[in-house]
Amino acid sequence: MENLDSVDLEKMKILKDYLKNFKDKPRVESNLITILHKVQDIFGYLDRSALEEVAETIQVPTSHIWGVATFYHYFKLKKPGKHIISVCLGTACYIKGADEIIAKLKEELKTDVGGVSPDGLFSLEEARCLGACSLAPVVMIDGKVYGNLTPQSVTQIIKEYKSKHK
Amino acid sequence: MTTPIDVLYKKKLQAIDRIYNKTYFSDKIIYVGMASCEIAAGSKEIMEIFKDAVKKGTIMTYVTQRGCVGLCSVEPTVDIVEKGKMSVRYINVNAEVAKKIIEEHLKKGQIVKEHAYFGAKEKSIVICQGAFCLNSENQRIIEAFKENIENNNLKDKVEICFSGCLGMCNEGPIVIVYPDNIAYTKLKAEDVKLIVERHLIEGKPVEELNILKNGKPRFIKVFGTIDKFYKQKRIVLRNCGLIDPENIDEYLAVRGYESLAKVLTYMTPQQVIEEVKKSGLRGRGGAGYPTGIKWELTAKESSDEKFVICNADEGDPGAFMDRSTIEGDPHSIIEGMIIGGYAIGSNKGIIYIRAEYPLAVERLNIALEQAKKEGFLGENILGSGFSFDIEIRLGAGAFVCGEETALIHSIEGHRGMPRPRPPYPSVKGLFDKPTLVNNVETWANIPVIIISGSEWFSEIGTKRSKGTKVFALAGKVKNTGLIEVPMGTTLREIVYEIGGGILNDKKFKAVQTGGPSGGCLAEEHLDTPVDYESLVSAGSIMGSGGMIVIDEESCMVAVAKFFLEFTQDESCGKCTPCREGTKRMLEILTRIVEGKGQEGDIEKLERLGDMIKKASLCGLGQSAPNPVLSTIKNFREEYEEHIKNKKCRARFCTNLLTYEITDNCTGCTACKKVCPVEAISGSPKQKHLINQQICIKCGACWRVCRFNAISRS
Ligand SMILES: Cc1cc2nc3c(=O)[nH]c(=O)nc-3n(C[C@H](O)[C@H](O)[C@H](O)COP(=O)(O)O)c2cc1C
Ligand code: FES
Repeated sequence: MENLDSVDLEKMKILKDYLKNFKDKPRVESNLITILHKVQDIFGYLDRSALEEVAETIQVPTSHIWGVATFYHYFKLKKPGKHIISVCLGTACYIKGADEIIAKLKEELKTDVGGVSPDGLFSLEEARCLGACSLAPVVMIDGKVYGNLTPQSVTQIIKEYKSKHK
Repeated sequence: MTTPIDVLYKKKLQAIDRIYNKTYFSDKIIYVGMASCEIAAGSKEIMEIFKDAVKKGTIMTYVTQRGCVGLCSVEPTVDIVEKGKMSVRYINVNAEVAKKIIEEHLKKGQIVKEHAYFGAKEKSIVICQGAFCLNSENQRIIEAFKENIENNNLKDKVEICFSGCLGMCNEGPIVIVYPDNIAYTKLKAEDVKLIVERHLIEGKPVEELNILKNGKPRFIKVFGTIDKFYKQKRIVLRNCGLIDPENIDEYLAVRGYESLAKVLTYMTPQQVIEEVKKSGLRGRGGAGYPTGIKWELTAKESSDEKFVICNADEGDPGAFMDRSTIEGDPHSIIEGMIIGGYAIGSNKGIIYIRAEYPLAVERLNIALEQAKKEGFLGENILGSGFSFDIEIRLGAGAFVCGEETALIHSIEGHRGMPRPRPPYPSVKGLFDKPTLVNNVETWANIPVIIISGSEWFSEIGTKRSKGTKVFALAGKVKNTGLIEVPMGTTLREIVYEIGGGILNDKKFKAVQTGGPSGGCLAEEHLDTPVDYESLVSAGSIMGSGGMIVIDEESCMVAVAKFFLEFTQDESCGKCTPCREGTKRMLEILTRIVEGKGQEGDIEKLERLGDMIKKASLCGLGQSAPNPVLSTIKNFREEYEEHIKNKKCRARFCTNLLTYEITDNCTGCTACKKVCPVEAISGSPKQKHLINQQICIKCGACWRVCRFNAISRS
C-alpha cells in the first residue's frame, strides 16, 4: 500500500468504515458481490489494494475474490476514463444500427470496446439494453442518455465533451 | 379482537386522508412520467419546470410522479388530473410545451390541443379497467361503446378511455361520462346503446339506469385510450403509471396490501397454495412452470429455514417489463412475496436485481422502508404473528445469473455458475435450504389472484395459459412500448393493432420473442396466439416478454448471429457443449455473413445446434441455438442466398454489397474525399469510379452522396 496517494487513502478509509458493518455478520462471505459494488462505487473500479482489504475483513482468499470479480461484466478491473460511454448493443438498438455508432466511436476515440482513449478522457463500453429502446440507437455518457443517434450526431457529441477539457 | 384486515382498513383510511391533505389546496394534480425510459426522454427537466412554477407561486397545483404508462414512442408524458373533470394527457412534452401547459391549461383552463393525447374531445367516456373490474361484461361494454359510437359517427366528438381502479369495486362495471361527470354503475352491455343515443347524442343522462350525478368528486386517473388499449388488459400493470411508486399511501388507496391482510386473517397457508394452483398461473420468467405446484413443493419440505426469491435479473437484451413493473409499482411485488413466504413457511425474502437498474433499485429500497414502517414487513405483521423480511441483492451483469441455480450461487457470493437440477431449489436452494424462486411478473400477479379469486383469474386467457402477459414491444413498429395482453391474443393483433404496424410502412419480416433463448417467427405465424404451447409449436418460446419486430431491412442471418454472439459471450464456460459449441456455430455464422459461407454450412449449424441443445448443462446452452435454428427453419432461403449467391437481400451484410457509381454522378468529389482507402478515382465535374479491388464496402461514399448516384446491391 506504499504508493497510495492521499485521495486513495481517503477512499480506503471510507471502505474500511463500510466494511465494519460486516465484521460479525452470519454468512458474511455471501455479501461479497454487495461489497464489490461498494468498492467500485468508491474507487470507480476494483482497486487491487482495496480487494486485499476486503479479503482480510471477510476472511476470504483473494484468489476467490478475483474469481468472482472477473466473472461479472459489471466490475471494472482497470481504472476508467473521465467519461464513461456505454453504447447500447441491445436488440432494439442493434436492429436500428448500433453497429455504425460503435464503429464511429472506436474510430473517434481510438480505442476498442473495453478500453480507454489515449488521452484518458473516455472509456468505451458496451451495454445490453439501456431500457430506452424507443430512442434506439442510444448511447449513455456518464448516466445521461442520448437517443436517435447517427454516426454524425455521435461525433458532434464527443466533440462537445472534448471541448470541455480544453 | 382486531384482525389484520381491520388494521389494514384503518391504515387505508389514514392513507387516503393523507393524500387528501396533501392535495387539499389544489383542485389539480400534475403527474409527470418518471420511469427510466421517460427520464431518458427528458422528463426530469419537465418535472423541474412544473415544480419551479409551483415554487414561484405561478400555479397552485400538486406536482408528483408516476411510472411507465407504456407509451414509449411519445415520451415524456404529463397528465393533468382535475377533480370532477376528465384528465388530460400530454405527449412529447418538451420545455416549451410544458410552459405552454402552465400558461394556457393550468392558468386559464384551456387545453393545449396539439399535444393532447386524450382529454381534449367534446365528450369522453371513461371505463373502469381496474384489475377488479376486468370481467367479460366489462369487455362487452367496451365493444358495445365502440360499435355504437362508430355507427353514430361520433368518433370525432367522443373518445373512449380507460381508467385504473376507481375504488368502487362493488359497483362495477362503471362508466363515467365527461364533462357531465355522470357515472353509470353496475352497467350492462345492453344498456350502452341507450347511453349513446340519449346521453351522448341528445345530451340527456339516462335516469332509469343506476346513475350517480356528480359522478365522483375525486381525482380520476386515466391511463389510455381505446386505440392502444382495446386489446390490452392490465393486471400486472394495474397501477403502473397511475400511482406514485414512491408513496405507499397511493398503493394503499388502490387496495394495496389488502390481499396480504386477507390471507393473514382468513386463509391457511394450504388455502393460499390451493388458490394459486386453481388460478392456473404459470411462471412468467420463461419456462412457464405452474406456480402453485412450485409453492406446494417448497411448502412440503421441512426445514428450519426457507427462502423466497424474486428473480429481477431480466437479462434479455431487448426487454424491460420487469424493470417497468418495479419502477411503477414496487409494492405489488413485495406484497406478492410476503404472501408467498406465508404460504411456504418462510421468513426471509431476497430480491435479486440487476445493478444496471438503479432507479428500480432505489424505488424498491424506498418501498421496503415504507412497508417496514407501516408494519407490512418485519416482526408480527399486522398483528398476525407472522414475520417476514426482504433484502435486496444486486446482480453484476451476467446473463446466466437469471437461471435460478446460478442466481442462487451469485447470492451466496460466488461466480454465477449453474448446477444440474434436480435437486431443484424447492428442495435444495439458497444455502442448501428449500427456496422458492419466482419472476417479478409472477409475483405481481399474486395479490390480484388472492383478492379477486382464482376463478376470476382463470377465466382470462386460454385453456392452458391463464391471465395476461406483459411484453416490451420494440424494433420496427410504430408504437413501441410496454404492453399487457390476455393470453391468447395473436401476434398479428399485437404487431398491427397495438403496435400500429411497421415503421415507415415497410414490409413485415419477422417477430422475435424470447430473446436469446427464443426464435423468430415469420409472416405465416402471425396468427399464432400468445400462449406457452402455441409459441413453442410455431418454433419460438414465450420467454420473459421481449418482443422485437423486424422488417425487410434486417437480415435474418445477422439477427441470428447477433443473438448467438450474445449467448456465446454470456456462456459461463462450465460445460463444453455450450462453451465450445456456440463458438463453432458463431464462426460458421460469421463466415456466412462475410460471404465466405460454404456448401453444407446450414446442415452443420443444424447438427451442432441440435447437439448443444441436448447436451448443455443449463437453460442457457439448451436454448442458445434457438435463434439460429428458428431462422434456418423459417428463413432458410436467406441463408442459402448468402452462401450460394453471396447476396444479402436486406442489404445489411456489408461484405456482400457492391457499391457502384451511376450516371447521376455530378463529380462533386464528396465520395472521393471520404473514402478511407482511396478506392475512388475521378476528376472534379466528371463521373467517378470505384475500384472494386480496393473497396472495403464501408458505405461511407454511399452515405455522403447527395445526388443518389451510388448504387448499393
Ligand atoms: C439463461 C437463463 C436466463 C434466465 N433469465 C431469467 C430472468 O432474467 N428472469 C427470470 O425471472 N427468469 C429467468 N430465467 C428462468 C429462471 O431460471 C427461473 O425459471 C424463473 O426465475 C422461475 O420463476 P417463474 O416460475 O416465476 O418463471 C432464466 C433461465 C435461464 C436458463
Ligand atoms: S436495445 Fe438499446 S435501449 Fe433497449
